[in-house]
Amino acid sequence: MKHKQGRETWKSRVGVILAVTGSAVGLGNFLRFPGLAAKYGGGAFMIPYVVAFLLIGLPIAWVEWSMGRFGGARGYNSAPGVFRAVCGKRWASYLAVLGPLIPVMIYMYYVFVEAWCLGYAWNYLTGGLRLGADPKKYEAFFHDFVGFNENGSLFIGDGNQLLIFLAICFVLNFLLIYRGLNKGIEWFCKFAMPALVICALIVLVRVLTLGTPNPELPDQSLVNGLGAMWNPTKPDQNLAQALANPEIWLAAAGQIFFSLSVGFGIVITYSSYLRKDDDVALSALTASAGNGFCEVVLGGLITIPAAFVFLGMPFVEDPPGTFGMGFVSLPNVFNQMPAGTFFGFLFFFLLFLAAVTSSLSMLQPAIALFEEGLGIGRKASVAMLGFMTFMGAMFIVFFSRGFQALDTVDFWVGNVCIYLMATVQVIIFGWVLGLKRGMAELDRGAEIRIPRIVGFIIKYVSPVYLLGIFVLWMVYNLPERIRAVGDIEKGQPPVVALSLALIVTVLIFYVLIVNRAVNRWDEQEATETEVSP
Amino acid sequence: MTPIGWVIMVLATGGMTGLLAWCIYKVVSTPGSAEHLHSQADIETPDVEEH
Repeated sequence: MKHKQGRETWKSRVGVILAVTGSAVGLGNFLRFPGLAAKYGGGAFMIPYVVAFLLIGLPIAWVEWSMGRFGGARGYNSAPGVFRAVCGKRWASYLAVLGPLIPVMIYMYYVFVEAWCLGYAWNYLTGGLRLGADPKKYEAFFHDFVGFNENGSLFIGDGNQLLIFLAICFVLNFLLIYRGLNKGIEWFCKFAMPALVICALIVLVRVLTLGTPNPELPDQSLVNGLGAMWNPTKPDQNLAQALANPEIWLAAAGQIFFSLSVGFGIVITYSSYLRKDDDVALSALTASAGNGFCEVVLGGLITIPAAFVFLGMPFVEDPPGTFGMGFVSLPNVFNQMPAGTFFGFLFFFLLFLAAVTSSLSMLQPAIALFEEGLGIGRKASVAMLGFMTFMGAMFIVFFSRGFQALDTVDFWVGNVCIYLMATVQVIIFGWVLGLKRGMAELDRGAEIRIPRIVGFIIKYVSPVYLLGIFVLWMVYNLPERIRAVGDIEKGQPPVVALSLALIVTVLIFYVLIVNRAVNRWDEQEATETEVSP
Repeated sequence: MTPIGWVIMVLATGGMTGLLAWCIYKVVSTPGSAEHLHSQADIETPDVEEH
């Protein structure tokens, strides 16, 4: 009996490790990270990345987990509600309006990329991706498949194959979130995500044994490919020049936020459902470590070295969009592998499952706000959110030329808005909730002791770091970004301006919902005050 | 691949692997951790009970 109990404990602990680390795996690890690393100079990008991981990623993960649990214990589940509980002020809810907005807007393009993964898995299964040895064919396939060349091309002719996969993703996500199938999501994390990691490890072994596949191109070797990823200096740029660009620091921090799912209200909402003595310290650290491993070790050693070996330096220096790395270079790697079609299918299908788990978590913060703000049930909230995200996703899908709409929303929401929200959160934790109460909340039920220096980092270092980089970025890059609004190609619609209009429209909508929620909470508090003696 | 490139690669990949290994060790070696650790995936939201 004792032996059996021991086995059950061991099994449950392994299950916890798989669930916690598996939940951290997503598209950001294998697709977004390599794209950004390539864009910002490989090894040079790793310096702000690691700094961001230590000074803002981990601290803010702990801040969100503990603030969410704090708000949940007081009856709030949405980020605006949690902010009200933490600050004790009604105006604080408006500061959290970006909390539910960010994941919903990210979902609008995330589901598009999710459909790419499903579509690639299907094409591996049906032979559509048996394109031979010419790397350019994979690039052409990718561009045609996602409508990279022309706006609206996915809605005409043969381009509508992707729309079918998009419809499947949309229906699957909303069916799961509508029925609240958390057990199914948990199953994905416990079994599908470890399978994805094992698959990635196999691909990694293949990449690290590539050598010099084409003797006619001796420069395109694995060692030089690793150099393309990890060397901090490039022929046209030294390390100091790379690090002097504020955008690299903003992009690294944005990637940390994106892949750790911190800074945008998801963790706050989920942790609000925890019991008051549940651990948040080791949970957050394990999830962050699992994410970091998948991103740096697997993502960093596979995509860029493989892209360099098969496609050469020009492709690494000028990839076809942030996500082009994963959808062009990886199929080339699979093409060079024994049973490459099988592994290609497996990899993209598992990546699709990883994307499903991530996209489902993006919907819960808005559902919590709709329920609290409008007093409606889960079904009505899901229906409302389904309509909103469908319209937004159609916008992103229609304006697919050069991924202009996707890039604009990703930059302003997936970077800038997350930055603002993270800054507000860390200031509220350190200066409004107060370090003493905040760290006590973090320590409650903790399976590890958080070093006290983390409190100092949260209160002083993280806000200064976030604000400093943000101001620098504004000074150096905002004029260019503003110019891009009016920089319209001849005969093309003003996609950047339209994308910003979409963001502003959704923002106004969320401010109105938060306002409604604040009024409802005021009424509830007034009623409770009247009832209590 | 330059020497500094090798150093960055070893530090970054080794650091992340070491951190994950330490976390797994803590989860496995701490009594009761299985009951108190959570991820987004295993947190039940009470509003699903309206079905």
